[in-house]
Amino acid sequence: MPSHDVMPDMELYQPLQVEDAVALADRLGSRAWLLGGGQDTYGWLKDRAKTTEAMIDLNGIESLRGVRETADGIEIGALTTLTEVATNTLINERYGLLSSAAGRVASPQIRNAGTLGGNVSQDVRCWYYRRGLDCYRAGGNLCYADTPEGMNREHAIFGASRCVAVNPSDTAPALVALEASMVLTSVDGERIVAAEDYFVGPAIDIENTTALRTGEILTAVRIPSTWANATFYFEKVADRNVWDFALVSMAVAMKMNGSTIEDSRFVCGAVECKPRRLTEVENAVRGRNRDESTAASIAELASRGARVLAHNQYKVPLMDSLVKRALQSA
Amino acid sequence: MNPKITRRRFIKGVIFSATAATSGAGYYIATAASSRSAGAVERLISLSVNGRTRRVDVLPQETLAHTIRYRLNLTGTKLACNRGECGACTVMIDDVANYSCSLLTHQVKGREITTVEGLRAANGSLHPVQQAFIEELAPQCGFCTPGQVVAAAALLIANPNPSREQARQGLSGNLCRCGAYDHYLNGVMRAAELIS
Ligand SMILES: Cc1cc2nc3c(=O)[nH]c(=O)nc-3n(C[C@H](O)[C@H](O)[C@H](O)COP(=O)(O)OP(=O)(O)OC[C@H]3O[C@@H](n4cnc5c(N)ncnc54)[C@H](O)[C@@H]3O)c2cc1C
Ligand code: SF4
Ligand code: FES
Ligand code: FES
Repeated sequence: MPSHDVMPDMELYQPLQVEDAVALADRLGSRAWLLGGGQDTYGWLKDRAKTTEAMIDLNGIESLRGVRETADGIEIGALTTLTEVATNTLINERYGLLSSAAGRVASPQIRNAGTLGGNVSQDVRCWYYRRGLDCYRAGGNLCYADTPEGMNREHAIFGASRCVAVNPSDTAPALVALEASMVLTSVDGERIVAAEDYFVGPAIDIENTTALRTGEILTAVRIPSTWANATFYFEKVADRNVWDFALVSMAVAMKMNGSTIEDSRFVCGAVECKPRRLTEVENAVRGRNRDESTAASIAELASRGARVLAHNQYKVPLMDSLVKRALQSA
Repeated sequence: MNPKITRRRFIKGVIFSATAATSGAGYYIATAASSRSAGAVERLISLSVNGRTRRVDVLPQETLAHTIRYRLNLTGTKLACNRGECGACTVMIDDVANYSCSLLTHQVKGREITTVEGLRAANGSLHPVQQAFIEELAPQCGFCTPGQVVAAAALLIANPNPSREQARQGLSGNLCRCGAYDHYLNGVMRAAELIS
């Protein structure tokens, strides 16, 4: 598809303080686009599939970078790069699930620029939409992917409502598994939203992947101590190990007592427009051993209720297999 | 938060870019004529490139690849995909590898930018990575080479003694259409020896 060397003209604002950024976001409203690492943003603008009059570049705000210990866990500034999230010792030691997920995003260079805030707030990757077609998600009244001839190999098997795109973020399932919460800041103050509610499907909002409102900035991600040092499993299946988005991913946190699973969180990525929590699997494995027989017993529980499109049937066995592997690989 | 595309805006965007594509000069005039609101960035900025401070007039929406190639004439940095999917445009920002096609120049004010031209020593001798790539016959057609060189140099700054697997990971953001990956890896391993 055509791409252009240069993006269209826009105003660029580079605030240095959160207060100034929030005031700008309030003043400019829907005229402005928030800019983290820009790794999702620039494609839209270069392709002219979306445009913006103004850009609020958050990169100069030092207070939004880095990892801090809190009374109950850690807080990660939204502008922290994915490389930092993948390599930070505090995160590695306690929340290795998030390090693994962040380390699988795109490529080293994209992780060096891309931010955690941008990763969880990124738009869907449906090519019809990204090409600039006026489908449901773009405010139109049809879906190009959900047709017999549509290219829907990467699309959803759950939670579709007119739109069948999936949330492409690799860190999102990990954050839902870790019961993280998002700190959203606006001129009216802070609003804390559980990661599970931050990501929204098309039935709630067909034009946005998150609960972020105009004028709000995601300033931090908080991870409670609930799942710190738990037993983790992360796997992302993609066509290539670099650059490609997940076809299906699985983020699992388990609290073990010996070989018994006392409690767990199983969250699946790339099968729905939000990370899909597998509560039935969690209930089924509670109190059981992490072994082959438990893996076999839950069989096709994970994918129950899936509605496949013409070209994504493979996601059903893939999802079930990843749950099994999480239970086998002790 | 993202403003959604409207049909009118989309068409306007396409028309605008069509004029930009036909004439580089037209494009500069078109943007230079537009007015800016208070608080938006100053266009004339200082950049630190390969150890020198350069004053440049940079559009707010300009990518670093564009600035270094077309304003500073440092054409060693290649632009291929222009969308973060190949690595040909790799430069270092404060010693860290980045895709210059996917960074706004205005974001790197005050930071140290190193392009492939800035890697050789003050006396003109080649960087160990360049030397090792020659010795290992790493490049084939050579188009991806500047990006591979910079990515390898950045890797060796962060990890001067990588395992082959770490080197593979370190260079995994650089595509080579000729498939000379193993030769480049041999080059990185040899460069690590040259450095130590
Ligand atoms: C070639 C390629 C491959 C990719 N592969 C993957 C992959 O494998 N896995 C994956 O997860 N992603 C992938 N991505 C998508 C994306 O680039 C990265 O996920 C990256 O982390 C996005 O972060 P960013 O900071 O660069 O986002 P930006 O482009 O800066 O922002 C993305 C969106 O989030 C909004 N936003 C950013 N920061 C904030 C904030 N603090 N508050 C509120 N809103 C905010 C922006 O307005 C924008 O809408 C890929 C992208 C490319 C180009
Ligand atoms: S899947 Fe969603 S984004 Fe893709 S064409 Fe259909 S409505 Fe648009
Ligand atoms: S030109 Fe920048 S990654 Fe391809
Ligand atoms: S040597 Fe030809 S593209 Fe890499």
